Amino acid sequence: MASRNPLGNLFGRSPIGPIQEHMKVANAAAQQLPALFEATAADDWERAKLVHKSITDAEKEADKLKRSVRRHLPKSLFLPVPRADLLGLVSIQDNVANTAKDVAGLVIGRYMRFPQEMQVSLQKFVETCAATSQQALAAIQELDELLEVGFSGREVTRVEAMLKELDKLERSTDKMAVALRAKLFKIEKDLPPVDVMFYYRVLTLLAAVADDAETVGDRLQILMAK
Amino acid sequence: MEIIAQYGHIFLIMACVFGFFMAWGIGANDVANAMGTSVGSRALTIKQAILIAMVFEFLGAYLAGGEVTATIRKGIIDADVMADDPQLMVYGMLSALLAAGTWLMIASIKGWPVSTTHSIVGAIVGFASVGISVDAVHWDKVSAIVASWVVSPVMAGVISFALFISVKRLILDTEDPFGRAKRYIPVYMWMVGFMISMVTLLKGLKHVGLDLDLGLGSKFANAIPVSAVIGLLVAGFGALLLRNIKEVPDEMNRFGSVERVFAVLMVFTACSMAFAHGSNDVANAVGPLAAIAGTIQSGGEIAAKSVVPWWILLIGAVGIVVGLATYGWRVITTVGRKITELTPSRGFAAELGAAGTVVVASATGLPISTTHTLVGAVLGVGFARGIGALNLRTIGAIFMSWIITLPAGAGLAILFFFLFKGIFNP
Repeated sequence: MASRNPLGNLFGRSPIGPIQEHMKVANAAAQQLPALFEATAADDWERAKLVHKSITDAEKEADKLKRSVRRHLPKSLFLPVPRADLLGLVSIQDNVANTAKDVAGLVIGRYMRFPQEMQVSLQKFVETCAATSQQALAAIQELDELLEVGFSGREVTRVEAMLKELDKLERSTDKMAVALRAKLFKIEKDLPPVDVMFYYRVLTLLAAVADDAETVGDRLQILMAK
Repeated sequence: MEIIAQYGHIFLIMACVFGFFMAWGIGANDVANAMGTSVGSRALTIKQAILIAMVFEFLGAYLAGGEVTATIRKGIIDADVMADDPQLMVYGMLSALLAAGTWLMIASIKGWPVSTTHSIVGAIVGFASVGISVDAVHWDKVSAIVASWVVSPVMAGVISFALFISVKRLILDTEDPFGRAKRYIPVYMWMVGFMISMVTLLKGLKHVGLDLDLGLGSKFANAIPVSAVIGLLVAGFGALLLRNIKEVPDEMNRFGSVERVFAVLMVFTACSMAFAHGSNDVANAVGPLAAIAGTIQSGGEIAAKSVVPWWILLIGAVGIVVGLATYGWRVITTVGRKITELTPSRGFAAELGAAGTVVVASATGLPISTTHTLVGAVLGVGFARGIGALNLRTIGAIFMSWIITLPAGAGLAILFFFLFKGIFNP
């Protein structure tokens, strides 16, 4: 006998958990960037390829999760926050993984190894970019607590503090990128020109990872706004 | 007259069987909606839910089911019209039971969200207006009932909305939600105790034969202090239970401990929900039975005055419990599995809002749909931004079921009515 219980059908699948899961996977892609650059610095291309593989795997997984979130957000759902904001959030989260994959693809495809004099500050830059993405994940992890209190009050203040920290991290990646480009500019005439072009390109892409992470925070703020 | 004298026992046995079967169906299907929220939010295990449902459905049906039963029995149709042909009343009520039962069976097979209440009311109005005469129906009463079907989910939604907002303000959105939860939750427990004892005192005690008089004038004024004290006892008991709950810090899920406090509260609201459900829905099964029994026992005169005999409510209450034990537990499990997104802090608000509305309706004698009321209550919490995702298509399905159920129940009842008339009338 089928049930005639509308109550069971009343509850849709909450998008919050899947969105958090998606950000976890997208961030996992970004978190491997430091390992990738470490491997290239050590000229360990075996290891670098392994890291590249796991970044592309994470990106694929994120794509799958993204599609699943969208599929489970039909227009008939009544949500505590606007549906469009949630869909936008997932797209931006996905960008973090996509950009990380682009970086990894370029580095592996061109066997790219940055000049020795840039390595130390480059590593620090990459780590800060990863930290920015990690902070974005931390803010997204608060979504279920936000839902618990109905997207208002203290929890919003708490998340806003986290977003401020996120902004700070992103600003420092910007500064680091500027410094790295200046360093590169100084030595660029002694380097193969095509390599230099792609060094600049990778620096820009790395900064874009942090940028995407910050945009995730922006989206979250819009979500919380009344 | 002769017909009743000749077939009286057969009619009564048929009515008891049909009525018991309806009650069985309510226990098997509808109770799941009342208890599913508690099971889904994991405040109760399935075994605890069954146990609570058995006890409180029974109490609700037995203690507070009288008013709605009276409405179904004699409020919708005008018994005087049938004074010369009392057997028509018997045929009609038998066919109403049979029609509602058949329609619910069809709906169950098809999986439509059809309400027992709507089926039985549709069936009674159907047989009375077509089988007897349009004047036999108290249309003003019917329109009040239909209006209550719209009002009850809205009212439950408003109450639940307010309850959830109060929980947000008083407990969740504070420096120390856990400590606040322990302090304020007994207040909600008090509400549960107060509400149930109010209804029991006002509507239930006359069945048990007790009469309470503190000499405060009206019955209502008498009931208030007693209920307040009972509420305090309930709250005290609840506070004792809360003492055993310790806060476990969990960074990933900071409200985990708070929700465990709410889970205790939800045991109480689950009791009130079961009580409310029993008090309103038992009438769908035993109201027609009461009408038939009344007609037959008075030897053909359609008694419009006497109270509902206690053994009739008992048949309904036992039927619900048997339905629950034989089949309902499975449906509760199914419904509960679909409601896992509901946490106790929301589940309680929905249950208390719905139970409060249903209990008021029961006391007023309005037969409403417990399930639809609960749906309204859940939506209320959703509007307070408390629930992850609600499927609004359900509301459309419910509206459709209203539109289909009334004519379907009526049509089937008319069919059965003329069938009975053909069989028994000379």
